[in-house]
Amino acid sequence: MTAFDFHDMIVALPEVKLAAMSLALLLLAVVSKKENYRLVAWLAVAVLAVTGALVACGTHGTAFGDMFVSDAFSTYMKLVVVTGSAASLIMATRYLEHEKASRIEYPVLILFATLGMMLMISANSLISLYMGLELQSLPLYVLAAIRRDSVRSTEAGLKYFVLGALSSGLFLYGASLVYGFTGSVDFTQMAGILQGHASTLPGIVTGMVLVLAALAFKISAVPFHMWAPDVYEGAPTPVTAFFAIAPKVAAIALLTRVLTGPFWGMMQEWQQVIVVISMASMLLGGVAAVAQTNIKRLLAYSSIGHMGYALVGLAAASAAGVQAVIVYMTIYAVMSAGAFAVVLMMKKDGRMVEDISDLAGLGKAQPLLAFAMSVLMFSMAGIPPLAGFFGKLFVFQAAVAEGLYTLALVGVLTSVVAAFYYIRIVKVMYFDEPKKAGFDATEDRGLKFVLALSTFAVMFFIVMPAPVLASAHAAALALIP
Amino acid sequence: MIEAIFFYLFSAILVLSALMVITAKNPVHAVLFLILAFFNAAALFVMLGAEFIAMTLVIVYVGAVAVLFLFVVMMLDINFAALRKGMKKHLPVGGAVGLLLLGELLWIYKSWTPSMFAEQSAASPMPEGVTNTHALGQVLYTQYLYPFETAGLILLVAMIGAITLTLRRRGDVRRQNVSDQVARNPKDVIKVVKVASGAGVEL
Amino acid sequence: MATELLTQYLPIVVFLGLAVGMAVLMIAASYLVGKQNPYGEKDSAYECGFPPFGDARAKFDVRFYLVSILFIIFDLEIAFLFPWAVSLGKIGVFGFWSMVTFLGVLTVGFIYEWRKGALDWE
Repeated sequence: MTAFDFHDMIVALPEVKLAAMSLALLLLAVVSKKENYRLVAWLAVAVLAVTGALVACGTHGTAFGDMFVSDAFSTYMKLVVVTGSAASLIMATRYLEHEKASRIEYPVLILFATLGMMLMISANSLISLYMGLELQSLPLYVLAAIRRDSVRSTEAGLKYFVLGALSSGLFLYGASLVYGFTGSVDFTQMAGILQGHASTLPGIVTGMVLVLAALAFKISAVPFHMWAPDVYEGAPTPVTAFFAIAPKVAAIALLTRVLTGPFWGMMQEWQQVIVVISMASMLLGGVAAVAQTNIKRLLAYSSIGHMGYALVGLAAASAAGVQAVIVYMTIYAVMSAGAFAVVLMMKKDGRMVEDISDLAGLGKAQPLLAFAMSVLMFSMAGIPPLAGFFGKLFVFQAAVAEGLYTLALVGVLTSVVAAFYYIRIVKVMYFDEPKKAGFDATEDRGLKFVLALSTFAVMFFIVMPAPVLASAHAAALALIP
Repeated sequence: MIEAIFFYLFSAILVLSALMVITAKNPVHAVLFLILAFFNAAALFVMLGAEFIAMTLVIVYVGAVAVLFLFVVMMLDINFAALRKGMKKHLPVGGAVGLLLLGELLWIYKSWTPSMFAEQSAASPMPEGVTNTHALGQVLYTQYLYPFETAGLILLVAMIGAITLTLRRRGDVRRQNVSDQVARNPKDVIKVVKVASGAGVEL
Repeated sequence: MATELLTQYLPIVVFLGLAVGMAVLMIAASYLVGKQNPYGEKDSAYECGFPPFGDARAKFDVRFYLVSILFIIFDLEIAFLFPWAVSLGKIGVFGFWSMVTFLGVLTVGFIYEWRKGALDWE
């Protein structure tokens, strides 16, 4: 490739446009006389909408000398990520203004992080994977610490940064081992080389495990989960909401692509690792969350558990399994957006509160809000007929179909344990005696919109699951034919 | 033979100074040893024929990163003695993990065999007859356009991040406003007054 | 190839050897030739006649850090310019514009920091 290939630009059009629009937005934001946060935030949402449209009607193929790939899988995952980023941006706008943390950098950094996630999802070589990973991580570190006058926020940023740098190091170490063995960074070539005679060599297995460890860190799966509760609690709530939605989906997508692409020939090896990580995450997510009093910390543990369930589908290593992962992550993203919208509404006498006990009496004071939260919690617990139930059903089905009975059994048992703390929240809302019931009425229409949409989607997924299932099926077939 | 001598010389200094970086009592000494380690790593890169990386290591790491480190440890008010306190407590666990990793490395080294395709599929084989820097330049901006431009975006994000997290505008400082100065019209601000002798001037 | 390349570095090795030799020689000479009679008062730091108090380290303004971080970012950009400059003849118009795009991205960053006032010293 020595000449410019216009086809590359067409395949990567959403990314190129997103980069160009983010740069333009940054320029616009600083060149204007007075920094207008609200304008920048809404323009950023518009940019994400345009990007989403471009992704939806994008061209499939590879670009930039096979370093970038666009297929049904990437299209689907990118749509989830872009929607998640837009939702978290809509939820953040009013909150940040209220907390006097509204800075024009916030939307711009979200845009760059989203771009990084899209590059991750479309990565087709170790180099482009790493570049995407860094472009995604760097803005996240800054966002976690964006309230620089708050000790907890800076602590969250620093912890996330130090551990994130460590995981980047692990990734590079593993990637160099893999490259040393295969002589290639290209996923397609690696898949061909690793097919068949990889399992006997410890070097390549170690490299693969190190890469897996780094990606497990990004999705905060046990035993690489330590950062998640602290960062979730310390970071400003809209940032936490963003962390829980978009980067998780992108990282799971990346993990899926790496395992079903270049490392497909080493299925025996990575399956063991994924099974262990998945079981540990489900167990910890179910058990450790029980003792939490802070709702953000609780959601952090809940998200660790959810990652465990998503990995059950990946452990199945089949097209049905990948489809289940995709469906699970979609439902997870929708539920998290709703749950965090509720957390963002938890304001008493003009001050934000984060304790679970603050929810007491909500059932009487604000029945609609309490109902929405109950629906989301029941769905997260996996109670039929809500969406969360189907997510779990599909991953367990996929695992059983591949003979992973123990894993499925652990999954079912831990969801029973986890149901306890989800339902405890419902109990607190409806049956606990409050000190002072209800929250300040919110005028934030964006927040209400996101909450209503997500509750609606969770409730009525059963009526019309076909569009999601069909596109997830097509996406899974792009990876495992 | 001579190459071997130099290799062992540089790598011995590299390993020893790296050891000193983490054991030196005085943090300033630790950073100085880090710079020495960077220099020796650069020398090793030269011996491998990777001149460009060697020079970049000197320019970027020694010239900028290490100086920033030095700057931070010399100026920051950190109690390094207190930081070091946990050392004894955590040494057994940390040491065990380190030894485990070392053992794994040795094991990999012992059983290392590159695949038979490694040679032919090497991402960018070194072209003959050009220097290292030329060879890099010929692929970095064309074949590797995509990661190259992404690197630009990452640098931009780093810039935004550094400014977002550290820039503070102080309210109590009077600032020079160049455009105001340039736009100042002498007619508006200077008044020439003829003063009759013996009379005062009304301002 | 390697040996040929390495012989080009011979002057540097000679220079390094000389530098190390000179340094060792000077330190050794001052150690051997000079008269040494150390005692506590002589070895202590001199601070205008009164005993030194406290550590020389103090909290300093984070702006110094900002300036050096910005310097490192542009330093890295320069590192990308070297191979581009030497091989520009080979990579043609495409290579030229790919670097211009890269520089354009960083120029956006430069405008950003200028407008933000990160380059001002108050």
